[in-house]
Amino acid sequence: MAIVAPPSGPEAKQARSRAPRGARERAISGRAVVPGSAEGIALVTTEPISLWGGLNAQTGEIIDRRHERSGEIVTGRVFVLPQGRGSSTASAILLESVRTGKAPAAIINLRLDPILALGSIVADELYHKPVPIVLLSQADFDSIREGDHVSIRPDGTVRIRREKSHPRRSWRL
Amino acid sequence: MPVELSQMDQEMLDGKHGPATRLAMRIIARMADVYGAAELMDISQAHIDGVGLLSESGLEFAETLARQGGRVRVPTTLNMVPLDAAHWQEQGIPTDLAAKALRQIHAYTSMGCIPTCTCAPYQGYLTPRFGQQIAWGESNAIVYANSVLGARTNRYGDYVDICAALTGRVPKYGLHLKENRRGQLLLRLVDLPAKLLHDDSLYPVLGYLLGRIAEDRIPVIEGLPADATREQLKALGAAAASSGAVALFHAVGVTPEAATLAEAFQGSQPEQAHCVDIHRSDLLAARAALSTAEADAEIDAVVVGCPHFSYAEIQQLATLIQAHPGQRVHPRVRFLLITEYGAYSLAQRSGLLDIVTGFGVQIAHDTCTFHSPVLPPSVKVVMTNSGKQAYYAPGELGVRVVFGSLADCVQSAIAGRVVREESIWQ
Repeated sequence: MAIVAPPSGPEAKQARSRAPRGARERAISGRAVVPGSAEGIALVTTEPISLWGGLNAQTGEIIDRRHERSGEIVTGRVFVLPQGRGSSTASAILLESVRTGKAPAAIINLRLDPILALGSIVADELYHKPVPIVLLSQADFDSIREGDHVSIRPDGTVRIRREKSHPRRSWRL
Repeated sequence: MPVELSQMDQEMLDGKHGPATRLAMRIIARMADVYGAAELMDISQAHIDGVGLLSESGLEFAETLARQGGRVRVPTTLNMVPLDAAHWQEQGIPTDLAAKALRQIHAYTSMGCIPTCTCAPYQGYLTPRFGQQIAWGESNAIVYANSVLGARTNRYGDYVDICAALTGRVPKYGLHLKENRRGQLLLRLVDLPAKLLHDDSLYPVLGYLLGRIAEDRIPVIEGLPADATREQLKALGAAAASSGAVALFHAVGVTPEAATLAEAFQGSQPEQAHCVDIHRSDLLAARAALSTAEADAEIDAVVVGCPHFSYAEIQQLATLIQAHPGQRVHPRVRFLLITEYGAYSLAQRSGLLDIVTGFGVQIAHDTCTFHSPVLPPSVKVVMTNSGKQAYYAPGELGVRVVFGSLADCVQSAIAGRVVREESIWQ
């Protein structure tokens, strides 16, 4: 059932553009599963997570104690994870986190996760606040690092800015 | 390419069948675009998981649809709900929480949903038939309906389930189509003694392992006994849908779309890279992973009935209790049995209920440890025979867990600490 995003190919523009001195910015294109605009600092994991039993919608904390990012806060971050897992209640947790204001700014996935898309679509229909979701190819997905500044456009364009001196994988809010 | 709508779909989307149906069709049509489905299709039954979790947004969504006059178009059952309407006061549930839970249940029943209030809707009323197209929520119900009954459903998440019920339509996609139900990897059980293959406690452990290995693919299991019971397959599926996103498994010679290995793979051969041998050592490791408390811990609670106990399982528990005449649950231990109203009523009528409550078991129906505070916060160590409960309880309830068989649960409840029969695993 997993659908992998189309390979980015030559049409995926890898461009340096105007960015602050000491930073590098590039743009890649993905599939906008739930279109929208958002930006935030990347919170990256390669391990799937079920939001039900995995995310506290009142605090934004990852509470799956078996998960590698247990204890992190997703609020306002661009949550980069391959896909969700397990419970079909994940959509309800994503919706509730939108209501409480603790949702991630956006989600970037490697494989289509219909349950996450559903939570975001219901948030759009009920509160007019979708959580944009973009699917990326494996290579593009792997290229995003913890702490990158990521912005997302409704057409699925993802712009990534990385400070040259940015510490890798040690970002904490 | 946007989904192509029928005339009726378009009318619903245009609001000709009321604002609730319009909102429901908007969500269905948007989900069709997410899936890349070309069109929608009819379903003839739905099961609503969205009623289970109590959240402000979930309540608002349900009450919005109900207030706008939503009515289900197909027979629709309800998953377990956020409280046991008969026992919530004695369980010490706060009144404000109970009031919201009752409002949520009422919103769904006012739209025509049937208050079955169970996560095991395949055990009784309106059990789907082979090949029936349905829209079910609740991961353990989904995997059971697809695998054991041969009905056809995708994994419907909270809130699209009621949209499918209100429109009678779903995107034509995924497991609704026969060609997408082909096995994707083969798991061969090797060197397992017959005694273990027939033991109930094998199935949650195997399910946990299955979910870990398969993730969201369709696994085919070779080597399960043909007489594996409904309850054993239920436990297997529930665990597999917790540790992974398994929505369908086949068991050769056991489940209805897998009379033979060839049928399970729809005539094709599994690639060598997609064949995995499961040895006893793998199962031992999986069994160990299901527990987070030490093997001789003192326990505060025993939880059975995740998914909801069937009548047969209550009967099994009563038989185990009767094997310990004169003994009772340790005073420190809370033994919670969760079931559905149908099985509960039958047990009441047959006298089984007196046997289990006489032993010190507390009964809850309609609800769940994860969606209703039926376990007090003082509970720190939980023993269970459920792979699903063992998987989720550490995160959801902040407890440590020990997995054991139903017989182990009875022994441990008497002793007040973990007692497990290890010989079956040696």
